[in-house]
Amino acid sequence: MKTDDPQYVSVLSMNDQGPAPEAAIVRDIIKRGSIVAPLLIGLSAVFWGVNGAWSSAYGVVLVLGNFAVAAWMVSYTARISYALMMGATLFGYIFRLAVIAAAVFFVRNATWVELVPLCMTIVITHVGLLFWEMRYISLSLAFPGLKPKHVASPTVQDSTSN
Amino acid sequence: MEALTRIAHASIRVAADLTPAEAKANAAAQMAGLAYGLAAIGPGIGIGMIFGKAIEAMARQPESAGMVRTTMFLGVAFTEALALIGFVAFILLKFA
Repeated sequence: MKTDDPQYVSVLSMNDQGPAPEAAIVRDIIKRGSIVAPLLIGLSAVFWGVNGAWSSAYGVVLVLGNFAVAAWMVSYTARISYALMMGATLFGYIFRLAVIAAAVFFVRNATWVELVPLCMTIVITHVGLLFWEMRYISLSLAFPGLKPKHVASPTVQDSTSN
Repeated sequence: MEALTRIAHASIRVAADLTPAEAKANAAAQMAGLAYGLAAIGPGIGIGMIFGKAIEAMARQPESAGMVRTTMFLGVAFTEALALIGFVAFILLKFA
């Protein structure tokens, strides 16, 4: 680390005041989650009854809440410094896992909880929504490169003008 | 290492006083907890690596920080899914 150089700025002390992409991603994920949730809850209701439906709804809320908290932590701390963002991401991972574990442990003996649909909903919703979002993002990242640029070629211009 | 050996010996002594069914349930609980702990290690390392590389990329190209953060967030969320799967396996093994 070159600490004697007056021009040297550590990347960890830098911050990002621009728009937070995480918030946009999570907004998309929550939008899609609200589309998928009735389907999952309905399936759980068919196989596990009313308790299954409640458990599934609880699972969806846990996953979407987890995404929202993760995005908020990253976007909030990125405005302060990358070092804080790093800490928030790494410790946030442990914190959010602990919160999810506690949220499941506290309700595991409740009368309205069926563990199998709850756990299945947590995994399926988390992974499924991420794949859906990834597909959208990869397309939106790739498309500008793949899209043919609308360059007005002289030939085309000539043919259209005539 | 000595502490681990002591714990193992204590567990064996405790297990000797239990019925086979209780010993099996005990072992299942211990293994489920161990599996969850092990399942959380990999994603922890993965998230650290993703974040390290993202910081490196943002340091090299600050103008692409938005794109880097987008892919970083998705990568972190995917890696976290592994820990969630470990947690779910633990819950299902232990309580279902």
